[in-house]
Amino acid sequence: MSARPARAFVTGTSPLLRAMLLVGFVFLYAPILSLVVYSFNASKLVTVWSGFSVKWYGELFRDASIMGAAWTSIQIAFATACTSVVLATVAALVMTRLRPFRGKTAFGALITAPLVMPEVITGLSILLLFVGMGVARGMTTIWIAHVTFCVAFVTVVVSSRLGELDKSVEEAAMDLGANRVKVFFLITLPIILPALVSGWLLAFTLSIDDLVVASFVSGPSSTTLPMKVFSSVRLGLSPKINALATLMVLLVSLAAGVAWWLMAREERRRQRDVQMALQQG
Amino acid sequence: MRTGGLRAGLRRWLPGPRWLVIAPPYLWMLLFFAIPFAIALKISFSHSQIAMPPYSSLVDWSGKDLTVTLNISNYLYLVQDSLYWSAYLSSLKIAVVSTLLCLLVGYPMAYAIARMPPSSRNIALMLVILPSWTSFLIRIYAWIGILKNNGLLNNFLLWTGVIDQPLQILHTNVAVYVGIVYAYLPFMVLPLYTNLVKLDLRLLEAAYDLGARPWKVFMQVTLPLSRSGIIAGSMLVAIPVVGEFVIPELLGGPDTLMIGKVLWDEFFNNRDWPVASAVSTVMLLLLLAPILVFHHFEQKELEHRLT
Repeated sequence: MSARPARAFVTGTSPLLRAMLLVGFVFLYAPILSLVVYSFNASKLVTVWSGFSVKWYGELFRDASIMGAAWTSIQIAFATACTSVVLATVAALVMTRLRPFRGKTAFGALITAPLVMPEVITGLSILLLFVGMGVARGMTTIWIAHVTFCVAFVTVVVSSRLGELDKSVEEAAMDLGANRVKVFFLITLPIILPALVSGWLLAFTLSIDDLVVASFVSGPSSTTLPMKVFSSVRLGLSPKINALATLMVLLVSLAAGVAWWLMAREERRRQRDVQMALQQG
Repeated sequence: MRTGGLRAGLRRWLPGPRWLVIAPPYLWMLLFFAIPFAIALKISFSHSQIAMPPYSSLVDWSGKDLTVTLNISNYLYLVQDSLYWSAYLSSLKIAVVSTLLCLLVGYPMAYAIARMPPSSRNIALMLVILPSWTSFLIRIYAWIGILKNNGLLNNFLLWTGVIDQPLQILHTNVAVYVGIVYAYLPFMVLPLYTNLVKLDLRLLEAAYDLGARPWKVFMQVTLPLSRSGIIAGSMLVAIPVVGEFVIPELLGGPDTLMIGKVLWDEFFNNRDWPVASAVSTVMLLLLLAPILVFHHFEQKELEHRLT
């Protein structure tokens, strides 16, 4: 009698639960949708609809300072993503594969703390380091600061993949006489490659998105896209920013679609391999 | 023979080959993450001055005598001016309240996703994460258009006749809460999901079979079992929110007092680097305990996965 609603909670088929999930998704997507819709608004007043137009996209592409800032951001994000993946893979191996060593706890703390450290603290502190060392501020300093907080996020992604990995494959290769370096490049690396790709993308988006840390460590000629957007948003709404947002949403959706397709293909292949192994066995 | 002994001796003293692997990430984080805090601590004890860099040196080497002057006036200033400690208190309050709100919205979402069939789980999870891959700044910007006096929400409410005067939401703390919950929700849902997906449903079945009401099952079985997910998610939200700058700056108003914004203003507007460093050092000390708790749970999670 009363078992039915109870079962619905256990299996997740409860309509209340479903409704709450739906409301959550509406909350997450409605603002983004509103940005996209109003980027096609003819009026300069962002929230008053006055007909369809793509003129703001044209204005966006003609705005040399926004385009310049976007190019700066893309360069920094690319360099940051590549460096972070290398450092984070090494860090993840240290965390998951090495025997405990002196300083391992400190190492773990150094790697995880940037996940939650408020950006104003990280930004100010690393700026003081650069000033103390007499380093000129510019794209290089932004790159260093970005790598420092991105490594933490990428390490989480990579080490959780390393944690799931069946260690017996690595051990088998080692028993067959391969050394650690060979095992890593021939066995471990190909298996964790999808995690490295998603880690790379994560670092890229974190870097291209960062306003606070970049504001502290940037120099006069290294304005990034978020810094440009921020100074324009502070002055009020601008349809050009809506157009920029729409392009970003489009890009992210495309990237997510590709990632999804790759993951699904990988999953299908794995299932096929398992099936074949079972049939042969 | 001799060279062999020398080699063995060297091997004992030189770091082993595994330090070649440990060193690059360790040194990077030490130099660019840990040491900067020490420098901020040092500068928080100096005087502000009009020069580059705009702070005095603590150590004075006058040919013969080495004098170290620690200047605590920046800290005295933080204590005496009520702006600072009320900003700390109000940041903590905003962090706690918005974490609870995230939990309230995020828990049912995480639970519903965890109970989906495995094939749709990943899609739902992707849908939660996807917004955070588009710019944070732009997602906060979107809320300005929604919440302002002649924005989408007010226009909608006026049109339906629920209100006849636009509500002042933008530039109030309500807007700040909306923005924080919106931006940080994925950080709450993900760890909760990871935890809830592992929940042993037989325990819930058993509780129901023994006659417990759904609410009681939730409070006495589900909730305690998801404790580590709740703590991880809450830390991921609460700690960065304390130092949040963008959201109070864009959505908050004159009443919104947050320490991240105070630090930003000290640094960029007043150009008082020593006071900014003192503000940052005190914030770090306040957050040290929660950061350690977070680290502890992260480590446990990692070890759990490895074994």
